[in-house]
Amino acid sequence: MIDKSDLWIVIIGLGIGSFGLRFVFLGIIGDRAMPEWLLRHLRYTAVAIMPALVAPLVLWPAATQGNTDPLRLAAALLALAGAYLTKSVYGGMGAGALVMLLGAYWPV
Amino acid sequence: MAQQDVMSSYWRGARDATPFLLVVIPFAMLFGVIATEAGLTVFETLSFSVVVIAGAAQFTAVHLMSDHAPTVVVLVSALAVNLRMAMYSASITPHLGPLPFWKRALVGYFLVDQTYAACMLEYERRDMTLAEKFAYFMGVTTPICPPWYLATLAGAWMGNAIPANLGLDMVLPIAFIAMLGPALRTRAHIFAALAATALALLFAWVPYNLGLIIAGVGGMITGAEVERRTGA
Repeated sequence: MIDKSDLWIVIIGLGIGSFGLRFVFLGIIGDRAMPEWLLRHLRYTAVAIMPALVAPLVLWPAATQGNTDPLRLAAALLALAGAYLTKSVYGGMGAGALVMLLGAYWPV
Repeated sequence: MAQQDVMSSYWRGARDATPFLLVVIPFAMLFGVIATEAGLTVFETLSFSVVVIAGAAQFTAVHLMSDHAPTVVVLVSALAVNLRMAMYSASITPHLGPLPFWKRALVGYFLVDQTYAACMLEYERRDMTLAEKFAYFMGVTTPICPPWYLATLAGAWMGNAIPANLGLDMVLPIAFIAMLGPALRTRAHIFAALAATALALLFAWVPYNLGLIIAGVGGMITGAEVERRTGA
């Protein structure tokens, strides 16, 4: 059983900490200019963090105890191909969902 | 006229983010189920989602608390999972930094993976005024954050009535991959993504999820360097 006072320390501590991490640059820098080299790096935050977040989840899924699953790998690759080729979020989500649904309901 | 553009930015944001309901609802319900199974009450579970509003960090914290990890370890680990939010904050500041303080605080609270990714995609694709950018952000937030609270609540109420083996673990990866596709506009973007992927796999063993931060910084450096050398 989780201790109740510990639980609230964690909830409130995490709340303050998470907000702090999200607010730190917005709050401190505001509309002051940032140096060009920093802006150049920040332009690539999204395209770097998203695949880094996803790659281990796709290759070593927790649902299969970390074993690479051909179905999940195929769904990820087709989602990427679909999203890149159609330049649309829907294209990618559709392609990936289709593979997962086929995998779940394909009669074996 | 300007007011109209701001409203249409809000609705465009809400519409663009609607597909994320498919990610947010199962993910939040799963948190509700897992938290109540770990012994949290419905009120505590909902408080967790409203106060912390960060999926992966919430899962980490509940998991560690169930394992009786010391409170300090729980806090440090869950915050490390959230370190990427500081990068989001820095990255969105050139767009939203000029807002008044209370609006920046509001953006800070709602700045999660999905709202950040959807907004950056739009800000880089389109020329928008500050008011339009803020309206778009709030539009994107609408189908993501309130459903996050509500679905947590639903999950906490339903307990373990949700089947576990539906491949729901792939919902989040597929949603991010689908956003990544259109964001890969130049060679620099592609190299940044490739480098980050390789580094994330190489450093997956690093504790406290810090491999993600290493990979993110490595990808950003790669993208910036390719841009500097090729001008694109």
